[in-house]
Amino acid sequence: MNVMNPDIVAPEADTTTPLTARDFTSDQEVRWCPGCGDYAILKAVRATLADVGRRPEDVVFVSGIGCAARFPYYLASYGFHTIHGRAPAVATGVKMANPDLDVWVVGGDGDFLSIGGNHLMHALRRNVDLNLLMPNNAVYGLTKGQYSPASATGMRSPSSPGGSVEAPVNAAMLALGAGARFVARSADTLQDHLPGVLKAAHANRGTSFVEILQNCVVFNDGAFDAVKDKATGAERTIRVEHGKPLIFGANADKGIHVDWATGTARVVPVGDGAAADEVTVHDQTNLALATILARMEGPDLPVALGVVYHAPGASFTDLREDDPTRTMDRAGLSRLLSAGKTWTVS
Amino acid sequence: MLDQPFASDLPATGTAAAVVRFAGDSGDGIQTLGSEFTKSSALAGHGFMTFPDFPAEIRAPAGTTFGVSAFQIQIGGDAVKTHGDTVDVLVALNPAALKTNLPSLRPGGLLLIDTDAFNKRGLEKAGYETNPLEDGSLDDYRVEAIEISRLTREAALADGRAEAGVTKKDADKARNFWALGLVYWMFEQDRSATAAWLGTKFGKRPEIAAANVAALDAGHTYGDVTDMAPPTRLRTLAAAQPKPGTYKTLTGIDGIVLGLTAASALSGLRLHYCSYPITPASAILHGLAKLEGEGVATFQAEDEIAAATAAIGASFAGGLGVTGTSGPGMALKAEALGLAAAAELPLIVVDVQRAGPSTGMPTKVEQADLNMALKGRHGEAPLPVFAAAGPGDSFDTVLEAARVATTFMTPVILLSDAYTANAAEPWRLPDVDAMADIAINRDIDPEGFHPFRRDQDTLARAWAVPGMPGLAHRLGGIERSAGSGHISYDPDNHQEMTDLRAAKLDRIRDFLPAAKIETGDDAGRVLVVGWGSTRGVLKSTVEELNAEGHAVGHMHLRNLSPLPRGLEETFGLFDSIVVAELNSGQLLDELRARFPHIPFRGLNKVTGQPFTVAEIDAALREDF
Repeated sequence: MNVMNPDIVAPEADTTTPLTARDFTSDQEVRWCPGCGDYAILKAVRATLADVGRRPEDVVFVSGIGCAARFPYYLASYGFHTIHGRAPAVATGVKMANPDLDVWVVGGDGDFLSIGGNHLMHALRRNVDLNLLMPNNAVYGLTKGQYSPASATGMRSPSSPGGSVEAPVNAAMLALGAGARFVARSADTLQDHLPGVLKAAHANRGTSFVEILQNCVVFNDGAFDAVKDKATGAERTIRVEHGKPLIFGANADKGIHVDWATGTARVVPVGDGAAADEVTVHDQTNLALATILARMEGPDLPVALGVVYHAPGASFTDLREDDPTRTMDRAGLSRLLSAGKTWTVS
Repeated sequence: MLDQPFASDLPATGTAAAVVRFAGDSGDGIQTLGSEFTKSSALAGHGFMTFPDFPAEIRAPAGTTFGVSAFQIQIGGDAVKTHGDTVDVLVALNPAALKTNLPSLRPGGLLLIDTDAFNKRGLEKAGYETNPLEDGSLDDYRVEAIEISRLTREAALADGRAEAGVTKKDADKARNFWALGLVYWMFEQDRSATAAWLGTKFGKRPEIAAANVAALDAGHTYGDVTDMAPPTRLRTLAAAQPKPGTYKTLTGIDGIVLGLTAASALSGLRLHYCSYPITPASAILHGLAKLEGEGVATFQAEDEIAAATAAIGASFAGGLGVTGTSGPGMALKAEALGLAAAAELPLIVVDVQRAGPSTGMPTKVEQADLNMALKGRHGEAPLPVFAAAGPGDSFDTVLEAARVATTFMTPVILLSDAYTANAAEPWRLPDVDAMADIAINRDIDPEGFHPFRRDQDTLARAWAVPGMPGLAHRLGGIERSAGSGHISYDPDNHQEMTDLRAAKLDRIRDFLPAAKIETGDDAGRVLVVGWGSTRGVLKSTVEELNAEGHAVGHMHLRNLSPLPRGLEETFGLFDSIVVAELNSGQLLDELRARFPHIPFRGLNKVTGQPFTVAEIDAALREDF
């Protein structure tokens, strides 16, 4: 249902030439701060869009407010930059009106976790077929540096000069709690990792929630350096893959062992002399394991990157009874108007 | 005033109208009685207008005054345009219902009472110190005190029904139908439609259906066999003489449901109704949800904001996005309406107004959201605001709103209220084949396309929707360049875009009909101006004053923004102008601001109740 009025002869879509990232690049100058992590995310998104191959006219990017919410302007797809926090609700309406569209939502931690927390929760539990990308820089950037719901306790900011006393939200845990069926995590500069996660998110027919750890070079610089740094990253993160043992470390010498009795994880040595069967194998359909992995935030345990949880289920628009292309017509209207008790005056 | 139906010197036929009010506990099925009596009155060919008057509590403690539910109907000939000022027949099923509803009964009116409910406990719960049936306080009325509960039990349990499983409790629940049977007898109405409805309603328990029908019949027979002969029995009422056609009973909610569905059918756009439960607007969601599977989509959102923004998303993607709510929800949607105004997307926003502020009185009528509808947005975001004047007019107003929304690419606010929403009137089915298409222009040239390229007549921007190749574009709340559609912080451009958004309202004014006198004289002593649900009462009053020879006119505004052309000229033809509305003077302020040299006078009421003919009549006579 690309074109809804059959009387209109639309230009033919070119479906033969393979798409490139350039096909998804708009003519607008990108206006993020130099060094912002969003540049890298944008690059990965464009590459992913070219890779998955939906035509630009069939792709819609919806966003709320914030630095990350400027995404739609820089993509040559359809786009709608809406109001703070409400992008998942707008996107739900878009998807209802045309389930064939490939709908993405981009918003920061303020957008998704604070003002729009309610809409995030309900999009996830409904399993609307949306790709939710949440660059998390743990700060309000566009409004100049206030602490966000994802900021670490103690963070000093213009609105918390004495240090924030609030506990931060664990976004992946929140998503799992809301009933998400696809939860993944990556980071802006991990260009060998992020596109793969985005592709997996796109492939899921339902709500895919992707937290992308992102550097705010101005207001929260270096917040995730320990995770992303080449030297320390291998020790501080673990890249999870379905069906593979949970192994990490620069020399792949550590593993995660889950104690199912207590629901806790601990690091165990891997390699010469270590008992290999102690390392837990990642099962992305296991909600209990996903919860344990999502909770790993360091420093004792590595931060989990990759698809933490994926339990495919019918999406919201698939479950709705009505044919989404059907519209009431005059004959149906006539029947409806004369339904029920009527009487005739002659 | 209309003729009194009990006057014994009236001819046997031709009494203009009668007003009946059923009142009882909110668990007594009063609204069911009302709708059954309405249906039978319609089938008997009467004109009618109804007024359900019920508490916000779902089941208030039984027998209390705050748990009383009532339903009023005026039936008669063509002159019936309101539910009636004063009641001719009051059915009070318990003491609390008598206490709260007696003030509406005219002196000499008929009071039908179930004496079995007037026991010590019932009287105490209602706060009566003495029994009104015995203390002389009802001497001004014609009282028919009947042991309705006892007679209902006798009828309901007879003929082997007790043995078939009908309990005393079941029988007691049927006493409302006993009362209805007697009222049918009074008005010489056929009760077969109600008997058939009972058969369907209790289809799985035929013995219960039979018990209720037995109660209905027993009430009717009571009229025949007792000494309720004239003058208690009402004179035959006039039938209406409506235009030929097929009719049905329509509430204001029905009008909106059918109107939105019609807008979808005429435009070819799939309807997406997005809403969050709120009284009294929820009934629109219920009505449309039943049409899922027939090309109508509904979405019960997580909150009012999501309802508005999902509807905006549906419009962005090419559907007919509609969101509906009542006052408090309207406040929550305000930011989203700013986005829809900036993005220039077609959207219909229904506000079924109720008494406020805050929770206020959710089931009671008020027209106090007008200021919010006209002005309640950040920045300058002028939007069309239309008001439905009654159940049937709701259908037409929705269609006008849809036509304006899509023709001009703008959100439109449609105001209804708790009175119109629940009131019912006879409605002549429109000829679907004769209804004009709502034209949607998706024939957009990709050459030089940008989303804010405008039609020079309507100033509507092009509505390209996702899925259309060559037209991909980005919309948003950030100000746009009028010339390219790209985001722009240019000062002159913001002035230009602000002016364009205002100019669109002027184009809509040209598109809509000019102001006209709806009832009465085109010039003269007094013009009464109203909007929304007050139309019936204003029209009735003006017709009566005209019949007495007074030069009075009535103008009813559907289009509150933009106001129609020709207002000033019409106002100039009257000596005085009264602006009647169920608020403290919101349209009045608007008119005074626009026409500062015209001395408008306000007629205002904020009680949660509609105007009466007597109130309007007295106010207009002040200017004679």
